[in-house]
Amino acid sequence: MTKQADRRVIDPFEAALEVSDVRGSSPWEHAWHRLQKNRAAVYSAFIMAAMFLMVVFGPMLISWEPDFTDWDYTSTPPSIASGHWFGTDAVGRDILVRTLSGGRISLMVGLVATLVSLLIGISYGATAGYFGGVVDRIMMRIVDITYALPFMFFVILLMVVFGRHILLIFVAIGAINWLDMARIVRGQTLSLKNTEFVEAAKACGVSDWDIIRRHITPNLLGVVIVYVTLTIPQVILVESFLSFLGLGVQEPLSSWGALVSDGAQDMESAPWTLIVPSVFLTITLYCFNYIGDGLRDALDPKDHF
Amino acid sequence: MIQDSSMARHMLWRLLGLIPTLLMLITVAFFLMRVAPGGPFDSEMLLPAEIEANLNAKYHLDESLLQQYFRYISQVAVLDFGPSIQYKDWTVNELIGQGMRVSLTIGLAAMVLAFVVGTLLGIIAALRQNTRADYLLMGVAMLGISIPNFVIAPILILLLAVYAGWLPAGGWDWSIASMVLPVVTLSLPVTAYIARLTRGSMIEVMHSNFIRSARAKGLPERVVIRRHALRPALLPVISFLGPATAGMISGSVIIERIFSIPGLGSYFVQGALNRDYTLVMGVVIFYGVLIILLNFLVDMVYAWFNPKVRYDETS
Amino acid sequence: MALLEVKDLDVGFDTPEGEVHAVNQLNFSIEAGDTLALVGESGSGKTQSVMAILGLLAENGHMSGQALFKGKDLLQMSSSELNRHRGSEIAMIFQDPVTSLNPYLRLDKQMTEVLVQHRGLSKADARAKAVEMLRAVHIPDPARIIRQYPHELSGGMRQKVMVAMGLLGEPELLIADEPTAALDVTVQVEVTHLMSALRETTNAAIILISHDLGIVAGICDRVLVMYAGEAVECGSVDQIYYDPKHPYTQGLLNSVPRLDQPDDMELEAIPGNPPNLLNLPVGCKFRDRCPKAFDACTEKPPMQLDEDRHAYRCFLGDTA
Repeated sequence: MTKQADRRVIDPFEAALEVSDVRGSSPWEHAWHRLQKNRAAVYSAFIMAAMFLMVVFGPMLISWEPDFTDWDYTSTPPSIASGHWFGTDAVGRDILVRTLSGGRISLMVGLVATLVSLLIGISYGATAGYFGGVVDRIMMRIVDITYALPFMFFVILLMVVFGRHILLIFVAIGAINWLDMARIVRGQTLSLKNTEFVEAAKACGVSDWDIIRRHITPNLLGVVIVYVTLTIPQVILVESFLSFLGLGVQEPLSSWGALVSDGAQDMESAPWTLIVPSVFLTITLYCFNYIGDGLRDALDPKDHF
Repeated sequence: MIQDSSMARHMLWRLLGLIPTLLMLITVAFFLMRVAPGGPFDSEMLLPAEIEANLNAKYHLDESLLQQYFRYISQVAVLDFGPSIQYKDWTVNELIGQGMRVSLTIGLAAMVLAFVVGTLLGIIAALRQNTRADYLLMGVAMLGISIPNFVIAPILILLLAVYAGWLPAGGWDWSIASMVLPVVTLSLPVTAYIARLTRGSMIEVMHSNFIRSARAKGLPERVVIRRHALRPALLPVISFLGPATAGMISGSVIIERIFSIPGLGSYFVQGALNRDYTLVMGVVIFYGVLIILLNFLVDMVYAWFNPKVRYDETS
Repeated sequence: MALLEVKDLDVGFDTPEGEVHAVNQLNFSIEAGDTLALVGESGSGKTQSVMAILGLLAENGHMSGQALFKGKDLLQMSSSELNRHRGSEIAMIFQDPVTSLNPYLRLDKQMTEVLVQHRGLSKADARAKAVEMLRAVHIPDPARIIRQYPHELSGGMRQKVMVAMGLLGEPELLIADEPTAALDVTVQVEVTHLMSALRETTNAAIILISHDLGIVAGICDRVLVMYAGEAVECGSVDQIYYDPKHPYTQGLLNSVPRLDQPDDMELEAIPGNPPNLLNLPVGCKFRDRCPKAFDACTEKPPMQLDEDRHAYRCFLGDTA
């Protein structure tokens, strides 16, 4: 809290100021307002919510198991009659339930790997930004070097080297993707450290802890939220690349990437095996991108990467 | 002239900075490969002990890891990447030479396509901000970013090759027809991203005070755009070219697989799966050097575009 | 015929919070060779009225009224028609030379384009003229400076470059928006002298936007005082400074420190805040802060015209 002595000076001054009739709004309210007006982002949010519900609860409600092979109906196109609303693949597995449970994996990888890169990125970036000077320069040099390398190759190498355990996939993808987050957090921390309002807070005697709590963290929060939302689709994309190459999650687990890969094999004879998971994957990526974009515009309209 | 020496100093500084990057690249790739369980000869039929020992000696796999590392560094310094372990009659240099010609052609074509089409669409969208044309272009661009290339490629193959029969479904014979689909699919996400980037940047630039000054001087709008707005608007796009290339290289692995193209990406994946150490290392280093050099080039072009940057380093 | 005659100019902006009324029913005219100052606080509408005249309003802005330049209405013109006058007959010097100069172009390119575009000069001829103009504004070693980028110059030099750029087209009307605001005092004096010299050598009219009453007194003949988007008083410099009629003008002059006052005398500030442009009060917009307000002030006060073209918008008679 502001020191007692300082309050004694500030209070009478504050009382003497006239209060205007216009009600100001906080930056969060402003941002929320702007976000609501962004129709693409709002629709995307609703669609994503629906997707989450479908993916989590769908497989429980559908009568087919993802690996149940229905020999009566192999490679059948979507039909209500057969009970396989989105058709089956070459060995008779229901496409809808496979897509939905594959969605569980894809989304889970998206969230967990993003969390990993979030944690690494924030700690790395905040440390570099906070200490500044030589420490910052070295840390950022490392980021620059790593940024220049083809990460896909390293992920592939990691997968080949350590096998295809799902935990490893979380870590590998997250460990590759933290770079952007670290850069952004470090940039924000650096510029926040030196802003006039932080200086002013210090001049008024606000404690360091309060400065961090009230001035730095809320400003970091905005930028972090935007990047988390934009990292999720990136991560899902990387995982699906890996799965497509045969280096992703192992059977019996399946993800959208693997399903698309399987579908591509049969696409001439059974195009729905390709189309259904592709549509789900694309919609997810599309919506997350719009939400992230909308958040970025809402929280700081000037900040175009 | 003042300008020339500042550019030269800038270049030299940047060049020096590349060496640690290169070293780190080689080291990480080297040790990563070696940590993998399994050796290059495991998948073949069981070999008698002495033959296996001979093979190990031939490829220096019997030495300690550190010895192998330094031996490798010294070889790389003279650009000798050694023989391929998997493809017995070929050296890695030869394999890279072959694959490189293919991959670089596709990559270069895709990059040029992405830059030209992307910036054009972005500028059009920016000049027609908030009209239907803008929304349409940006919606399509977002789709381009969101649809993974391994989804688009099969669909395009289905439509254009299988159903319509206009283009081949895969393979590579240096004909234009066989190039179209791979180049287009590879460039799609980058084109889309560049379009969005250009649009945002252009809009921001058009709102600057110096554009207002240019208009106040009575210059026609197209002159204002061409002479005053274009250069600063393209700056973020130029910065993006570095990571864009890295992204394209990553994407090429998939494209080469889908279209059965004998490029470096395919060699890499095969090599990784077969523990062909030398081949994998060679490809990684090759691509790494390529990216580093390209980033360097991009830095130089950026400094040329943005005179403010040239002076930061030397002051 | 007046060089520029502005009639009933209204400028507004559409914002998410509503419509911002920046300029309300502004009227003034200026003859060749006149120097008119637009004086007022930030937000009084001085800059936006000029932007509207030159067709440089932001996208969410709209305007109505007339701005007759040599008889032709600028507000009705398309950009291409306006471009024939902008830069050549009417030149503008902007407030912030840091952002108003293109940081990506060398100065010679930025300066010569006016001459190449409007006078059809070759690039070499245009460059020679630009160098001469830089010399005229007292920039040392102009041939070398002109090859530099804006960020390589000091603040004062940049502003002088902007002045030089404005003068290159040999304008009949020069509009200067706070040309001395970002400068230290010595450079302020230089720039002011440059503008006075301009008056003498050509017969250009100058509209000077400023909130610095000292500078205004230095070079201007007439002063227009603006408040909340409206003209509240207009007259010659002598009339305004020695016989201000509107309470706002009086308040302004009282709040400026003067050399002939005792050092420890307290400055009188005008109490309160300017009105919210989203929600302007009815009647006299100054009434909430006016020491002389009375009942009639809830109605819109008429513009009273004195002898000697001294006008002020108030109900009170001689309020001195």
